[in-house]
Amino acid sequence: MSILLNKDSKLIVQGFTGAAGSFHAAQCLAYGSPLVGGVTPGRGGTMHLGLPVFNTVTDAVRKTGADASLIFVPAPFAADAIFEAIDAGIRVIITITEGIPVLDMARVKRALEAANLRGNPVRMIGPNCPGVITPGQCKAGIMPGYIHKPGPIGIVSRSGTLTYEAVHQLTQNGLGQSTVVGIGGDPIAGSSHRDILELFESDPKTEAVVMIGEIGGSSEEEAARYFQEKMTKPVFGFIAGRTAPPGRTMGHAGAIVEGGAGTHASKVEALKKAGITLVDNLSEIGQVVARSRKAVAA
Amino acid sequence: MKLLEHEAKDLFRAAGIKVPATGGVITDLKQLPAALRKAGKAPWVIKAQVLAGGRGKAGGIKLAKTPAEAKLHAKAILGMTMVTHQTHGEGLKVREVLIDAASKIEREIYFSVVLDRKTAGATIIASAQGGMEIETLAVEHPEAILRLPVDPVTGLPDYAARRLAFDLGLPPERLSEFVKMTKALVRVFLDRDCSLVEVNPLAVTPQGLMALDGKVVTDDNAAFRQPLWAAKTDHQASALEKEAKKHDISYIGLDGTIGCMVNGAGLAMATMDTISLAGGSPANFLDVGGAADEARVTRAFQIILKDKKVKAVLVNIFGGIVKCDMIAAGILGALKKVKLTVPLVVRLEGTNVEAGRALLSKSGVKLLQAKDLWEGAQKAVAAVSGRN
Repeated sequence: MSILLNKDSKLIVQGFTGAAGSFHAAQCLAYGSPLVGGVTPGRGGTMHLGLPVFNTVTDAVRKTGADASLIFVPAPFAADAIFEAIDAGIRVIITITEGIPVLDMARVKRALEAANLRGNPVRMIGPNCPGVITPGQCKAGIMPGYIHKPGPIGIVSRSGTLTYEAVHQLTQNGLGQSTVVGIGGDPIAGSSHRDILELFESDPKTEAVVMIGEIGGSSEEEAARYFQEKMTKPVFGFIAGRTAPPGRTMGHAGAIVEGGAGTHASKVEALKKAGITLVDNLSEIGQVVARSRKAVAA
Repeated sequence: MKLLEHEAKDLFRAAGIKVPATGGVITDLKQLPAALRKAGKAPWVIKAQVLAGGRGKAGGIKLAKTPAEAKLHAKAILGMTMVTHQTHGEGLKVREVLIDAASKIEREIYFSVVLDRKTAGATIIASAQGGMEIETLAVEHPEAILRLPVDPVTGLPDYAARRLAFDLGLPPERLSEFVKMTKALVRVFLDRDCSLVEVNPLAVTPQGLMALDGKVVTDDNAAFRQPLWAAKTDHQASALEKEAKKHDISYIGLDGTIGCMVNGAGLAMATMDTISLAGGSPANFLDVGGAADEARVTRAFQIILKDKKVKAVLVNIFGGIVKCDMIAAGILGALKKVKLTVPLVVRLEGTNVEAGRALLSKSGVKLLQAKDLWEGAQKAVAAVSGRN
């Protein structure tokens, strides 16, 4: 088992024939991901990377039974691509695109909520994220596949390379991953840390979770509350941005301390209070998780 | 991007929101008489145009009853270095002063529309106790703060604006004016892709409801559809930060001595934190982006080294799709173009890392390699203190 994606997923790529879409779709295929086709309006009926291209997501769903979509559509058109995926009944929407206007994401959130209320369950991951990978089964994103290996640790993170760093350390310490989820660095995201913790909690193959956060917003604090109230599996936390100055956006649009809220200190305190094992030194994430699991096993 | 008060007021005026008669912005005392004439009859308000709250307390806002008084105040404010509770100890040089007609204030209301990350939408924050900083108000009178979520598609409906007016205790004769004004402010927020629109105070005056101050923060991601402010300069960014942005490099200058070059925003922050954990201080945040090729690495080195405080540089790259040997070649290529006079520590990890490290070792270029970030940070800190 895993969360969100597995070898039986049917994945399409929106923005399939564009530069980023083509490059990363080829990488996902090489990893062995169950990619069944892609969408580029106006290119329907042609083949790309040996797979069918469709004009619309609805067409792709009808012809291939696709249930997951990986979106590389440029920012000005990305919200529309997400609306299209929701409308076509896609269950898992993973948006890699960076730079989507935040109010577009506010509108996307309303559409996601409305679809779920209609009994049309849909989950969105991203935007501005590396994607989702269930090692050995399905890579839907831009992460380097080979650093991952199948195993019992779930990872949820707002960052890209910071996540690769954590994955790499875990793999080096002999710990594989159930699923690795990048929820993205934007102020409004499709899924929060808490949403993903809930999924990991109910996944029988995930035994522990590494949660990587950063300054800005309150996603980590909300996740800590959920952990304290409902979660039975151990969680290891790391928060980036201890030295970030307030009021400045640190690369990720969502990584900003505003009006004294979303500080590193408040997040660290919330995690610690909830009983999450906090890792201060990034270079020690792998060792800390490995040591703790050995202690439990002994 | 944060807009200055006069830019925010221009935006309001264009949206039909009442603002005081203005003489505009002056950068030189010579422009004052014309500005006063344009603003109309005395008294006037002379206002420092800097991106910080608490300007009044810091002496950046003055009332002038005569042209002589106006000159005195404008002279004092132009060029002054302002330190307020919002400038984090740094001084902000005042380069522009706004000359507005002063208004007779009967009542002050606080009104803002903010991006609410928790509800994933816009929220109105209002209070009958205007004029105070909202942060102060939140601490001293949390009960006096009203919150109203706004649908990002439909905006503010009339009935909700009316309810807000009654909750704020506005007299019925102000009702229609308040509804019109708040709906317009919400439209500015939604139509102009803002993450903050704040009017404090929203004043009840004999001339009607008026926005006496304006604070607007826009969403950089929406620049492609906001030609109005896409061309505006970012007053908060330093020259170096603007230059970096032009080259698609995310850079923020800090106070420390160790320059950082990292791929990815999260890892860049974590690298700064690790330097601090190792006893050093980062000179900057720098995300060189996914494709850390020779051209970008060269540019990043140039930007980092323009900061004269930099005593060592730490490069921390996790090679994923872009392989470490390619990155190593990029670093070596960049070092041929950029004369590096401070110690360089390179930590590479990821795809083809062995080949990348070998390439750096064999090059004969003077640099220190680190096997992990912790070692890299320690080596950089040691280099700054001259211990290796």
